[in-house]
Amino acid sequence: MSSAVTPRGWTKFGLHLNGWLVYLFFYAPIVLLVIFSFSASRNVGTWGGWTFEWYGEFAGTQNARNALEASLKIAIISTVISVVLGTMAALALERFTFRGKQVFDGLLYLPIIIPDVTMAVMMLLFFAEFFDVINAVFGIQMRKGFNSIVLSHIAFNISFVSVVVRARLAGMDTKLEEAALDLYATRWKAFRYVTFPQIVPGIAGGALLAITLSLDDVVITQFVAGPGWTTLPVYVFGLIRKGVTPLINAISVVMLVGSMSLVALSLVAERVRGGEHG
Amino acid sequence: MNSTPAVDIKGITKRFGDVVAVDNIDLEIADGEFFAMLGPSGCGKTTTLRMIAGLDFPTTGSLKIFGEEVGTLPPNKRPVNTVFQNYALFPHLNVIDNVAFGLRMQGVAKAGARKQAVEMIELVHLGGLENRKASQMSGGQQQRVALARALVNHPKVLLLDEPLGALDLKLRQEMQGELKRLQKELGISFVFVTHDQEEALTMSDRIAVMDEGKLLQVAKPEEIYERPANRFVADFIGQTNLLDGTVEDASTVCLANGARVRAKSSFPVGEKVAVSLRPERAQIAQRDDAVDGGSAVDGVVESVTYLGNARVYGIKLDWMDLEVREENRPGATLHEPGSQVTIAWDSEAVSVVAG
Ligand SMILES: Nc1ncnc2c1ncn2[C@@H]1O[C@H](COP(=O)(O)OP(=O)(O)O)[C@@H](O)[C@H]1O
Ligand SMILES: [Mg+2]
Repeated sequence: MSSAVTPRGWTKFGLHLNGWLVYLFFYAPIVLLVIFSFSASRNVGTWGGWTFEWYGEFAGTQNARNALEASLKIAIISTVISVVLGTMAALALERFTFRGKQVFDGLLYLPIIIPDVTMAVMMLLFFAEFFDVINAVFGIQMRKGFNSIVLSHIAFNISFVSVVVRARLAGMDTKLEEAALDLYATRWKAFRYVTFPQIVPGIAGGALLAITLSLDDVVITQFVAGPGWTTLPVYVFGLIRKGVTPLINAISVVMLVGSMSLVALSLVAERVRGGEHG
Repeated sequence: MNSTPAVDIKGITKRFGDVVAVDNIDLEIADGEFFAMLGPSGCGKTTTLRMIAGLDFPTTGSLKIFGEEVGTLPPNKRPVNTVFQNYALFPHLNVIDNVAFGLRMQGVAKAGARKQAVEMIELVHLGGLENRKASQMSGGQQQRVALARALVNHPKVLLLDEPLGALDLKLRQEMQGELKRLQKELGISFVFVTHDQEEALTMSDRIAVMDEGKLLQVAKPEEIYERPANRFVADFIGQTNLLDGTVEDASTVCLANGARVRAKSSFPVGEKVAVSLRPERAQIAQRDDAVDGGSAVDGVVESVTYLGNARVYGIKLDWMDLEVREENRPGATLHEPGSQVTIAWDSEAVSVVAG
């Protein structure tokens, strides 16, 4: 940024003011949320003195704990699977040519473009048909619930993972892989020792994105969850209908801390790798 | 030296869709030879090299390395290694792991591979930098790492794709010497791709000149320079003046203006040819000074370019322009622009190429 002009006078004042307003706009709600999660008043908008009561209630409510556990399980499983599949899709699209590649390329990114509600309805319909067919064919009893949530999270996460990994792959010199082959590596070893280390940051980024999206999702999850299974955001959404209590604030703060830790983790990971690169 | 050629290429063509990158070439590269592939950008040098390495497969033709047909053998099964155009060092590995990579892939134990890598790093004068990352090194140092990384595997043929292209002049000259030294020391064939004709002339045992996928001439540097196979080679290698004409008999060419000059050729009488006259092979004399032997044409000095060690005169003839170069010796006559002069040359000094 050395070529940037240093602003002066009113311009400088205006820019600074704008900066502060943006920060205020972003962070004031977060600060308020955190503060009011410690409010002793049952009424969300009024301050009633400090308390940890709501965190206690969160921990003490079986349903809330179940929802948290379900959220984590679903997020982790769907992330692992979508990272593997998304990375493979990215490799296929970046490194190979095959019949129908263009079509595959276009279709892969549909879930990013399609509105959540549409995706949710699609998924719902799909599972309604899919489970019937599977149950008929295999004679088992699969129902909406954990499986359908995980599957739909995988469905949209693959796209995001492959976008992120592909960006990384596209930035990588294909000569490196050729150099590895020239130096007696088999295709697998070239991937394992050259390509993979190069795209690890992309895979990690994709995984973080996937886990965050999965933990965040309300709309699709709500449509495909069925009875008995609920994730934390869906649970919160349900609570709102019953009337807002500071319990919601407490749960939201927990989710917030969780997401921020993930981001912090990714920054640290990037920093460590960056240090290696010098 | 082994009598089996290190690389034996017969009738190789490589197409990329409609593009014919390499067009039916035949080439033998001897064991222990420093062999240059020279040609303008896009003429198919890299593609030829990549086919030897196994990174591309020929569309048709036969490719043998020390007598063994390797046409579609993958690169990891060939006894050759490559120094890539922009080095292609592994950015996530340090110098020693870059250099040890090939040995590790061949199953050499870590300690042994590292030991050999260290020796090779010393050989290319990078001792002490074993733990640096590639990104922390200068272009010249990266070049040496790339060399070490290839040579540590004891390839039978080393392929180098414009290895010095990214270096500045001083470093390039230093590395030219270094490459020659390494090649002599190791006694293996180096196949060296370059678009720099001077580099090819100074370094190689033999040069292959390519254009548009075709092999135009394969010969020793002197022969390429003295007896270019055609107009393109004459023009591409060094500077030259091409004087168009037709063959009159085995030792005379009639130039476009009607002047007859002495030039030996084996072209049939009446054939359209060009006489290639190197700028440093012509002499400038004052008009009407007697010129004995050889051939001469009249012209007017149009420009003088001072090069320090020489002057290059632009000479205007009636029907074309010439360049003549005179060494800047003490007592050399200066010719002012506008002077009426005669350009003379010895009949041995020119070559005749197909026009
Ligand atoms: N992978 C490829 N796909 C399509 N065309 C290619 C490919 N590689 C090379 N070519 C074409 O083949 C010709 C020769 O290329 P190359 O061997 O790289 O030339 P050089 O190394 O002499 O500059 C060029 O016209 C180039 O565009
Ligand atoms: Mg090239």
